Amino acid sequence: MSYLEYRVKTIPVGWRKILFMNWGLTALIIGAAFSGFAMLISVAGGNIEPWALSQMQRFSIGLLTMFIIAMTPIWIWRNVSVPIYMLSIVLLLLVEFLGSTGMGAKRWINLGFINLQPSEVAKIALIMLLAAYYDWLPADKVSKPIWVIVPIAFISLPVLLVLQQPDLGTSLLLLLSGATVIFLAGVHWVYFGTVIAFTVGFVIALFKSRGTEWQLFQDYQFSRIDTFLNPDSDPLGAGYHISQSKIALGSGGWTGRGYMEGTQSRLNFLPEKHTDFIFTTIAEELGFIGTISILAIYVGIMIFCLHSALRHRERFSSLLTLGLTMTFFLFFAVNMSMVMGLAPVVGVPLPLISYGGSAMLVLMGAFGLIQSAHVHRPRGST
Amino acid sequence: MWQKSNIVSYRHFRTARRGLLVGGIQLGFCGLLAWRMHHLQVEKAESFRLVADENRINLRLIPNQRGEIYDRNGVKLAGNEASYSVTMVAEDAGDIDLILERLSKLINLSPEDIERSKAELEQSAKFLPVTILDRLERDDIEKIAFNAPMLPGINPEIAFSRTYPLGEIFAHVVGYVGPVSTRDLELRKDPDPLLRIPRFQIGKVGIERELETTLRGKAGTKKVEVNALGRVMREIERKEGSKGANLKLTLDTNLQAYVRARLGNESASVVVMDCNSGEILAICSSPAYDPNKFVRGISFNDYGILRDDNHRPLASKTVQDAYPPGSTFKMVTILAALEAGIINHREKIRCNGHVEVSNRKFHCWKRDGHGNVDLIKSLRESCDVYYYELAQQVGIEKIAEVARILGLGQSFDIEMSAVTSGIVPDKLWKLSARSREWVVGDTVNSSIGQGYVLASPLQLAVMIARIATGNEILPRLIESINGVKADEETSKLKLNKNNLNLVRKALFEVTNDKRGTAYDSRVLNKKSQIIGKSGTSQVRNISAVERTLGVLENKDLPWEQRDHALFVNYAPYDDPKIAVSVVVEHGGSGSTVAAPIARDITLQAIYQGTPPITAYPVEDRAKIYNQQRELKKLMPRTTKSSKVQA
Repeated sequence: MSYLEYRVKTIPVGWRKILFMNWGLTALIIGAAFSGFAMLISVAGGNIEPWALSQMQRFSIGLLTMFIIAMTPIWIWRNVSVPIYMLSIVLLLLVEFLGSTGMGAKRWINLGFINLQPSEVAKIALIMLLAAYYDWLPADKVSKPIWVIVPIAFISLPVLLVLQQPDLGTSLLLLLSGATVIFLAGVHWVYFGTVIAFTVGFVIALFKSRGTEWQLFQDYQFSRIDTFLNPDSDPLGAGYHISQSKIALGSGGWTGRGYMEGTQSRLNFLPEKHTDFIFTTIAEELGFIGTISILAIYVGIMIFCLHSALRHRERFSSLLTLGLTMTFFLFFAVNMSMVMGLAPVVGVPLPLISYGGSAMLVLMGAFGLIQSAHVHRPRGST
Repeated sequence: MWQKSNIVSYRHFRTARRGLLVGGIQLGFCGLLAWRMHHLQVEKAESFRLVADENRINLRLIPNQRGEIYDRNGVKLAGNEASYSVTMVAEDAGDIDLILERLSKLINLSPEDIERSKAELEQSAKFLPVTILDRLERDDIEKIAFNAPMLPGINPEIAFSRTYPLGEIFAHVVGYVGPVSTRDLELRKDPDPLLRIPRFQIGKVGIERELETTLRGKAGTKKVEVNALGRVMREIERKEGSKGANLKLTLDTNLQAYVRARLGNESASVVVMDCNSGEILAICSSPAYDPNKFVRGISFNDYGILRDDNHRPLASKTVQDAYPPGSTFKMVTILAALEAGIINHREKIRCNGHVEVSNRKFHCWKRDGHGNVDLIKSLRESCDVYYYELAQQVGIEKIAEVARILGLGQSFDIEMSAVTSGIVPDKLWKLSARSREWVVGDTVNSSIGQGYVLASPLQLAVMIARIATGNEILPRLIESINGVKADEETSKLKLNKNNLNLVRKALFEVTNDKRGTAYDSRVLNKKSQIIGKSGTSQVRNISAVERTLGVLENKDLPWEQRDHALFVNYAPYDDPKIAVSVVVEHGGSGSTVAAPIARDITLQAIYQGTPPITAYPVEDRAKIYNQQRELKKLMPRTTKSSKVQA
C-alpha cells in the first residue's frame, strides 16, 4: 500500500488541505457554471425561473459535494471503488426494472429528492474501478491476456446495461473512457489495433444489417445516423435539430445577436434549448467570441487536470484523473460536435452549462475526485 | 521511501507518455472544434443569418373582402357574411392524423371532411393554412380555443363567405363562387397569390366569374415573426389590401323576382330590356338553382338532381342557348325585302297553304292557306308562304345582313357565362360549317326562322328593341363599378326609317287587331300596349306521311318533341320603353303560351309593380286577378327590407 509509505508531512492535513486545492480548476468550473446560469436566464426570456434558479441550487450542492470529496483522502476513494462500482451496477439493474421512461428510454430512477441517472454514476464508478484495478495489478502483468479480459469485463457490464435502456450515446462514452484508462495503463498496442479493426468491421456489418431481420440497431438510431450524414434531406423532420442548430450557430457571426436577442432559441426553433442544445443559444447570442470562450474554459479545465495528472506518482490518482478528464472531454466534445453537425445527435449535455441535476452532481463529484487526488498528492517536505 | 523501483518509474514514464498522447489528441480535437466554430460562425455567417431570418419572418396574405353586387335600386344580390372556420398548418401540426382525430372529438367532423382535408394538406405547401371545416358555431370555436395547446397547427379563423340573399332568383346572372380548382389555375394563368390559398373562392359562373378580378380586389400582406410552432409573435410590416369593387347592376329585383315567379317550373327564359339604353332589367332562366348551395359545396346527390333534370336548371338559357326563332324572325325577312326594294306594303302574294320549291313542298302553318296576303297581313296572321316567296327573291345574303344589323349572329359583350352568338346562316357559313353548298330550300327555311337559324333569348330581345327604336341598342348588365358609370353610345341602325315604321305598324296589328295571332294577349291601356310577334318553332321534322295522317297535336307528343313557344315584344307603341323576349322550351304555341307571359311581364315592368287589372281585357280579368294573388305569395318578402344604399 503505497499510500502508507507517505510521510505525513508531505501530505497536507486538516484545514491546510483547502490551500492545496486546485484553485485554478475550481475557478474555471465556477466560471463555466456562471456562464450556464446566464444562458439559462436568457433562454427563459430573461427570467431566473424556471431553469436558472434550480440550476444554481444544484450547482451549490455540487460545489459542496466537490469540497467534501476533495477533502476525503484519495486512498479512501480507491478503497471504496469496488463497492461504488457494484452499487452503480445495482442501480443500472434497478433502472431496468423500475426506472421511469422518458423520451423513449428508461434512464431515470427516482430517489425522492432527485431523479438519478445511474448511467452517470456508472461513468465515474467505472473509471474508479479501472484505476484501482491497475493500481493493484503488477505492471508486468498488464498486457497478459487474462488480465486484459478482466477490465474488458468491467467495462462491458455497464456498457451493455446502458445499451439496454437504450442509450447508445452514454454507452459509447462509457466504452471510450474505459478504453482510455486501459490504454493509459500501458496495455500493449496490439490489443487496441485488434479492437479498432473489429470496430471497423462491426460498423460495416451494422450498415449491412439494416433492414434485415438481424438488424443490430433500432430504427431510430439508424435514422439519427442518416440525418447526421445528411441533415438537409429532411430539414423539418428528423434533421430538424441539426439544421436549426446550425442555423442558430451560423447566424451568430463574430459577436452574436446580443445577449437575450437570439431569435432561433427565443422563438422556439431550437429544440432542447436549455439542455443539450444550449450551446446554440450561446453561439447565436454571443457569437464566435462567446463559443470560443466557452471552449477556452473547457480546455483550461482539461489542462489543469492533465497537468495535475502528469505530476501524480501514484497510479490510481494518475489514471483516475486522466480517465475523468477523458470523460469530461467526451462530454463537451460530443455535445459541441453534435451541435455543429460533426456527430449524430446523442443525448449528451454540455458539461456544467446545460440544465440538469444528475449530470451536474456527478460531474462535480468527478471534479471532487480530481481535486482529492490533487490535494492528497505527496509533496516535497514543506 | 520515494525511491521507486525501475519498474515503477518505467510504469510512470509510460503512463505519462500515453497521458500526453491522449491529452494531445484531446487538445487537437478542441482545435478542430474551434476551427469548425470559426467556419460556421464567421465564414458562413452571412448565409446562415439569412436562413435564420427566413425562419422567423413569414409573409402572410390578408384576404380582403370580395366586392358586393347590388341591383339598380341598391338591393344586395351578393354579399359577404362572417363565418367561423378552422384551419390547419401542416408544418405546425406535426402528426396530422392525431390532431385531426383530436379535433374530431371536439367538433362535428365527418370522415369525408377528414379525407378531403388530408388530401388538401398533402397537396398544398406545408406552411399554408388549409381550411378543415367552415361555417362553424361560436361554441365550436370556443372549444377549439380552449383546447389550443392540444391542437398545434389548428387555428380558428373568422372568414367571410359569399351569400346570395335572394337565392335562386339571380342564380344564372350573378352566378356563384367556389374553391379554386387546378383547372381554374390552368385556365386563368392568374399570378395572384390569393388563388394559391387552398379553398380560396373565385367566381365560377355568371358575373362572379366574368368580373372575377374586379370583384376580387387585392389581398393585403403582412410580414410576421413566427416561432417554431408557427405562432405569430409580432407583426413587422403590414400592407392593407383593397376590397373588391362593388357592382351595381341594371337589374331590377322586383321585376326579376316577378319573372322568376311567373315562369314557375317551365323550362323557359325571359329577357327584359330598357329599349333605349339597352339596360337589362330582368334576365331569367327557369328552372334555377340555389347558388348558396354551391358556395357551401353542393352534395353529389343534389348536383346529380340538377344535372339530370331535363329542364336543365343549371343552364343559363337566356344567353347560352340558341333556339330556332321561328316566326319572330319574319321581321328580319320583311326588312331585308324592303331594304332590297323587292316589295312594297301593297304588293300581295297568294297563299294556298303550301309552296313547292325544288321539288319540295313547304307548308304554311294554316293548311288551307291565307289567300291573298300583303305585308301587314303576312305578319299579323304570320303567313309562311308569303315569306317563302319573298326569301327566294331576296336571297340569303341580304337576309343575313339584316339579321346581323338587328343583333343576331353575334355574341354580345355581356358579363354572363357562355354567351352564345347563335347562327345567322349564309352561303359561306354552310360551306365551312356543314361543308355543303347552300340550296334554295335553306333560304326558304331560314325565311321563317327555321333550318339553320338560331338565336338566343337575349339576341331576340335586342332585335325587338332595335326594331322598336331604330337605334343600335347594345345590352348592358353593369350600371356602375364602384360608383363609376360606364359611358354608353348608341348609333342609328343602317335601316330605312320608313321600312321600320311599316314593320312596327304590322307588329301593332299582331297584338291589337282582332285578326292578329296574339290578339288574346292584347293590353287595353294605350300607355302600355304591347307590340310583338309570336313564334312557334319546330324542333322536329314533320314527314309527308305524318302530314297525310294528320299532324299530331303538341299535347300528344313527348315533352322533348313539342314546339318551342316564343314571343318578342316592346311597349308602348308611341314611345317604346320596354323590350321583352320570352322563350318557353317545348311550350307549344307562341301566341297562346309565350305571349301571355310576355304581356304580364311587360305590364309589370311598365307599372314597376303589379299592373292595374283594367289594363287587361275583360274576359281575362278574373284569371289575371287570381294569378296576381298567387304570384305575390311567391315573391320574396326580403326584397323591400334588404334594400340598402349601394
